[in-house]
Amino acid sequence: MEPSIYRYIIKFSLRQQIILTLMAIASFPFLYAFYQLPKMIIDDAILAKDTVFPVEVAGIELDQTGFLWLLCSAFLLLVIVNQGFKYIINLYAGITGERMLRRLRFDLFARILRFPLPQFRKTSSGEMVTMITAEVEPLGGFVGDAFKLPVFQGGYLLVILAFLFVQNWIMALAAVALYPLQGYLIPKLQRRVNLMGKERVRRVRELSASIGETAAGIQEVHTHNTARRELAVFSRRLGAIYDVRLQIYIWKFIIKFLNNSINQLGPFCFYAIGGWLVINGDLEFGALFAAIAAHKDLAAPWKDLLNFYQRQADAKIKYEQVIEQFQPAGMMEEDRQLGEPEGINALKGDISASGLSLGDDTGAILVDSASFTLDMTEHVALVGGGGSGKEETTQLLAGLLEPTGGNLQIGSEKIEDLPEAVTGRRLAYVGPAAYLFATTMRDNLLYGVQHVPLREASYDEEGRRAHDQWLAEATASGNSTDDPNANWIDYAATGTGDDEELLKRIFDVLQIVGLDDDIYTLGLRGNIDPASQADLASQFLKARAEFRDRLTDPDIAALVEGFDPGKYNENATLGENLLFGTPVGDAFDMDNLARNKYVISVLESQGLIDDLLDAGQQIASTMTELFADLPAGHPFFEQFSFISSDDLPEFQAVLTRINRDGVGTLRPEERTMILSLPFKISPARHRLGIIDEQLQNRILVAREAFAENLPEEYRGGIEFFDVDGFNTAATLQDNILFGKLAYGQAGGAERVGEIMSAVIDDLDLRTAVMEVGLGFHVGIGGGRLSGAQRQKLGIARAIMKRPDVLILNEATGSLDGAAQSALLTAMRSEMDGRGLIWAVHRASMAQDFQNILVMKSGRVIEQGNWDQLNKDGNELYELVKSE
Amino acid sequence: MSLNEEVEVLRSVPLFAKIEPSKLKLLAFTSERLTFPAGGELFHQGDPGEAAYIILSGQADVVIDTPTGEMAVAKVGKNDLVGEIAILIDVPRTATIRAETEITTLAINKDLFFRMISEFPGMAVEIMRELAHRLEATTAQLREASNG
Repeated sequence: MEPSIYRYIIKFSLRQQIILTLMAIASFPFLYAFYQLPKMIIDDAILAKDTVFPVEVAGIELDQTGFLWLLCSAFLLLVIVNQGFKYIINLYAGITGERMLRRLRFDLFARILRFPLPQFRKTSSGEMVTMITAEVEPLGGFVGDAFKLPVFQGGYLLVILAFLFVQNWIMALAAVALYPLQGYLIPKLQRRVNLMGKERVRRVRELSASIGETAAGIQEVHTHNTARRELAVFSRRLGAIYDVRLQIYIWKFIIKFLNNSINQLGPFCFYAIGGWLVINGDLEFGALFAAIAAHKDLAAPWKDLLNFYQRQADAKIKYEQVIEQFQPAGMMEEDRQLGEPEGINALKGDISASGLSLGDDTGAILVDSASFTLDMTEHVALVGGGGSGKEETTQLLAGLLEPTGGNLQIGSEKIEDLPEAVTGRRLAYVGPAAYLFATTMRDNLLYGVQHVPLREASYDEEGRRAHDQWLAEATASGNSTDDPNANWIDYAATGTGDDEELLKRIFDVLQIVGLDDDIYTLGLRGNIDPASQADLASQFLKARAEFRDRLTDPDIAALVEGFDPGKYNENATLGENLLFGTPVGDAFDMDNLARNKYVISVLESQGLIDDLLDAGQQIASTMTELFADLPAGHPFFEQFSFISSDDLPEFQAVLTRINRDGVGTLRPEERTMILSLPFKISPARHRLGIIDEQLQNRILVAREAFAENLPEEYRGGIEFFDVDGFNTAATLQDNILFGKLAYGQAGGAERVGEIMSAVIDDLDLRTAVMEVGLGFHVGIGGGRLSGAQRQKLGIARAIMKRPDVLILNEATGSLDGAAQSALLTAMRSEMDGRGLIWAVHRASMAQDFQNILVMKSGRVIEQGNWDQLNKDGNELYELVKSE
Repeated sequence: MSLNEEVEVLRSVPLFAKIEPSKLKLLAFTSERLTFPAGGELFHQGDPGEAAYIILSGQADVVIDTPTGEMAVAKVGKNDLVGEIAILIDVPRTATIRAETEITTLAINKDLFFRMISEFPGMAVEIMRELAHRLEATTAQLREASNG
């Protein structure tokens, strides 16, 4: 990266800077004219001592008024011309600055991608985020001004000064007499502020790193009850930032004070010296007037100029500060990462290490002169305890780390010299915590086969235009011009030709890693959009019909209570029974039905309010009876109570009032409070005996009224249960079920799941469900999946690209024993004929491997098959024994 | 069956007989009501114990595995408590309970039970007393058996 911001600016925006400077220079004559004109207007047109009218201008004779009009029109024109110059220059500077900012950010991000791995232990992601976002932001503005501002404002200043000197050199000299002092003092003080600014930047960077760290370690904060400590540390950091900011303010305003005071010395000189000269008749009044006007305008460029030097110093520091963090030693060559070599062929030859060594920055030796030779196509287990170096060895093999000594090559090529286009496509590596991106399962699975854009995205006319524009702008900023919307999937790498085959392959791979059932379950919990998948929706409606048909079997009829518009569903809450649909959005949020005006109006029209108030009152009194003795915050509240421990005393008070004064005296919010309770009750589950048959029947009537009179504005807020219609807002599972699981049937959920699964299989819908499952969003870092699911998905992603050698580094630690051995068998057969190097986390997993490398303290100490090595006195024997 | 009726059943169980009704109501409210079809198993001999069951309606067989196959040793029915030993101490189920007819139970989960006890020590005292009674009865039976 260029060592100083000026070099960076010149390298990437020299042309723009020249244009900006020329534009600034071109504007000066107009500027001078602009200051000259008022003098002409006053002296020649208004006072007109030396003018003889009519005057002839461009062949036309003008009297005094006409002349005045002409000069004033010229003045107006010059105003527009000067402002126009300003507008165009500023706009062009803005564009230049923004492009350079974009380029800088892009460069920095591209550098992060090429950092050596150990760097990520030193620089936290929080720091990188602030550097690329907030810290470089002001640099963009500075870039646009880098040359043009000093030229423009400096020139502006000179023009005005020149004008002043022409009027009267003594007065002009007096006006600028203190500029040298200012020019000396202010930057000096400013340097002090800049240093503090640098300190502030550093502290803010630390603050963001610490926020990021706390968020990442939130579980530890909870499990160790260290919130207070975290808060204290955070408070101290904020305090440190406050201190430095306060200092900055103090000095900033001192500078401002000095600056403004000195600036006001100018007018003082004009009034005093200029006035004295006018009184003595040595100066025209018009000249004084123009000089005062000019001087007023002198303050602005002078201030801008001083300001610019402050910003310049600041930008220099900032640039250097950021750049420093982005050039760690051992960064990968750009070409190795992004180069696209011709014809990437399958790797051939042996994998051989001789004297392979790796040390870290503390001087510890992680891999110590390891030597081994492996056939590319064999399956090898790496065994060793903690600190044995097997993990690092796998990372060296994958080209993730560079050896600090010795030699590691595939065939005749050193792995460290292979471009990522080869290591990233022909090799696959899965570590213990394979990272998942916050997108769908499908996108994660295909992440490993999207190296370059292969098929152009199709755009309509408007989209094409927007895309071209976007492309041109990216080129101007030196950014990537690849289209993220293109199809990047390398079908050939997955061994498929089109999307259909790819989907089949995905399912095969999911089966290998044992994720097929999980995907199916996720699919059942997913949604589909009937607008674009009408076919599928109708298939699932068939599944619903079939499922309902099977439920007529008396043995299982009791397991599900289906939705029936004419029947109160005992397993659903009162709220669900009233709405008889799935809420979409917040309008009919189940917890807030009592606050919904339309719901209340329906209940009122049915005369149900009093009954529900009565029911609410009974529930409240039962809850206070049951939970009153429990301490606040007891887990029972959360699990079982309709009233939180915080609200309990309030409810008690309200109940007492009702008993004493009657329901009529309740305030509106208290009524809502009581009224909200019955909506949550389901007769089968809560057994409170409050919602009797008579009330149920009246709710049914209300249900009809609710649907019938639903106002237009609420139409989108609910999707009604309709036995013949697919419910968009509900999951596939709920669509098939079309009812509620009956409460309290032993093993009910499992049996219903089995029936549903049978129906889905019979209707050949399993792949459709799984496809929906592939659209499941895995959450940040795969947080919505279990640890085992994440590991399986990580391995599946690696298998998808059919690598020549698959390297696993303790990649199955979260799996249980059975899943692990199933995976081991499936992987061995999938990788048959291709290389598999597996650093196992338990020595016994190596049993089936023909070639076993045992490592200890960074060295390969044993190599052979299980029978050869598993003998008393051997390291492998010890490792197996100690399991 | 409503909550109040369940409380009545709980009160007829000796282990809970002397516990305040309001606490029993909380126990009933927080417990799950579980229905088993005829032939279904409440739990199986040797399984870890997670819950005790109070039978609200229906009948069930107590079955134990013997070297010669299964043997029904007793019948349980309404108001009987089964599986309470396994929620007090961590031992595997000592017998299988199989529903003879459709059977409705109140399942008292282990965690829930201990939460209740730690919240209301009075309950613990009552249960201790009941267990001491049982021990006393068993000891008496043993003494009788060894004397006779």
